[in-house]
Amino acid sequence: MGLIKHPNLEQLEASCTEALKNNLSNEELFAFSEFDQEEVERTGVSNYSYWRSTLRAFTRNKLAMFLLALTALIVIFTFIQPYLPNQFDPILASNDANGLPLKNQPPDSVHWLGTNDIGQDLWARLWSGTRTSLFIGIAVACIEAAVGILMGVMWGYLRKLDFLFTEIYNVLDNIPSTITLILISFILKPGIGTIIFAMSLTGWIGMARFVRNQVLIIRDRDYNVASRCLGTSTWRIIMKNLLPYLVSVIMLRMALSIPAAIGSEVFITYIGLGLPATIPSLGNLINVGRKLIPNPGLLYQLIYPTIVLSIVTVSFYIIGNAFSDAADPKNHL
Amino acid sequence: MAAYLGKRFLRSFLTLFIILSIVFILVRQMPIEGYFPNIEKMTEEQIQNGIEQMGLDQPMPVQLFNFFKNLITKGDLGTSRIYRNNVPVTEILAPKIPVSIKLGSLSLLVSLLFGLPMGTLMAKYKGKFFDHLGTGFIVLINAVPAAVYYLFIQLYGTELFGISLLFDPDKWTSWILPVLSMSLGNTAYYAMWLRRYMVDESQKDYVMLARIKGADENRIMFRHVFRNSFVPLAQYIPTSFLNTVIGSIYIESLYSIPGMGGLLVDVIKKQDNAMIQGIVLLFACVGVIGLLLGDIMMVILDPRINFSKKGGDR
Repeated sequence: MGLIKHPNLEQLEASCTEALKNNLSNEELFAFSEFDQEEVERTGVSNYSYWRSTLRAFTRNKLAMFLLALTALIVIFTFIQPYLPNQFDPILASNDANGLPLKNQPPDSVHWLGTNDIGQDLWARLWSGTRTSLFIGIAVACIEAAVGILMGVMWGYLRKLDFLFTEIYNVLDNIPSTITLILISFILKPGIGTIIFAMSLTGWIGMARFVRNQVLIIRDRDYNVASRCLGTSTWRIIMKNLLPYLVSVIMLRMALSIPAAIGSEVFITYIGLGLPATIPSLGNLINVGRKLIPNPGLLYQLIYPTIVLSIVTVSFYIIGNAFSDAADPKNHL
Repeated sequence: MAAYLGKRFLRSFLTLFIILSIVFILVRQMPIEGYFPNIEKMTEEQIQNGIEQMGLDQPMPVQLFNFFKNLITKGDLGTSRIYRNNVPVTEILAPKIPVSIKLGSLSLLVSLLFGLPMGTLMAKYKGKFFDHLGTGFIVLINAVPAAVYYLFIQLYGTELFGISLLFDPDKWTSWILPVLSMSLGNTAYYAMWLRRYMVDESQKDYVMLARIKGADENRIMFRHVFRNSFVPLAQYIPTSFLNTVIGSIYIESLYSIPGMGGLLVDVIKKQDNAMIQGIVLLFACVGVIGLLLGDIMMVILDPRINFSKKGGDR
């Protein structure tokens, strides 16, 4: 904790007596004061920085740091992989010397992870698929957070809406999310957009409810009442007084919804409602590999996508938990 | 309490009605092919006739009203056209429901049987080897998608136990792997929360007093800490119930178990609209009823719950 300077009471008193001396009218005396950074710093300032402390607590967690680096490497590699030398196209099939497709070629020096049943290079497909799956996961997490926070703040802050929102929540929360996912993917055309839409459609509810509960708890604490009395705008109260308080749990939920979205993609592909075969994704790859289980010689087609998927999901899970611990001010000492 | 339960029932019915309507309207948006087994060979006229016969050309509110009328008066969920031609959906579903119920309840039982001792031991040996082992298990199960580890359990489990891949409902050995894989998620869930509650509970003053008095450590753990931590755990039973329902879709299809979940995957692949509607409606009902039962259980287990306030937000 930093050093806290004592508010300069004498100065404050002087300005008050001066205001009284100048015979200000009642309106002027009780006018709302504007926000002024200088005024804030004049009274009391500590060198405690929330984000610096969070970062320090997070970097102390060796496992989380390692996984963060690993995930970052994987993400970067999915983008640079197509530009490396000796790479194949994830869609085009390779032919052998006789012009026939190179079917189910085991891993060798040319095709690093072998080829699948129509001769597509699995190394290229793996990274292309990881990119797709990560994109889906991150997009879903961001949409869920954005919609969830917006709805949650409105739900918690605007009293008139509370009843309506609560009733809507009670209905929506009763529908198993998988059912919604299946229905939406069935009705709409298969594609990345559909999958992201279907997953976001159910995911934001949990976030909104969480934000609402927290907002309800904090919104009438004394410091917010004081802030409102001083004429702070609602927007500023939400942005400065409410949301920073929720950062740790919002980040946790976002980090956890990435592996969940990637898992849902695998599931929905298995049911037959996932991405078309022309777009490689981890779900597609695992689903193709699953059909080869009776054939032990071809298991390499299942194992590698599974390993990458497990690394990505476990990393996000652990990073999310570590960050949420680090962002909790109780752990900042 | 009766007033609360009555209110809760009413709310569940209302919710169910809204959900059924939404699902019904959504299913109507699906392509018309899902109502005819061989649409390629039909003439335009035949298709028009079929649509009229099924009442698909009527305005949505009328269709919805007819659907509810048939459901309530005759228990009719529509007729399958593709999965099995002209057989009522309820007739197809009837033999499948007991299988799903058996699978689901067995797996819930197994997860309680493993999850509770695991959480207790983890809390007892907090920070020791067993705690780390359990945490590793929980992280793995929570983070790796179920769709993936189910596959590997099937892949290596069948080899390990020498069980054939074909499911035979009369042989108890073929139930082992499906029940085990389905219970893993809930096992981790129970263990995680029980550990957390027990760790919180064992730091309270009365536990310290018991220790100072020289009470037996095991006695403190099981008689006091476990009992007090078990009550808040009840609120997770509805969620785990829903998890089981969702897991059944995948597990049943993976092991070709003749239950509702496997059937859902089947009819989606065959695009039979009436069947999909029927099964989805049934799953929605199961979800609502599961949550209702969970709430009732909470009331019974924990008499401190405030009835008047609780109705609004569960």
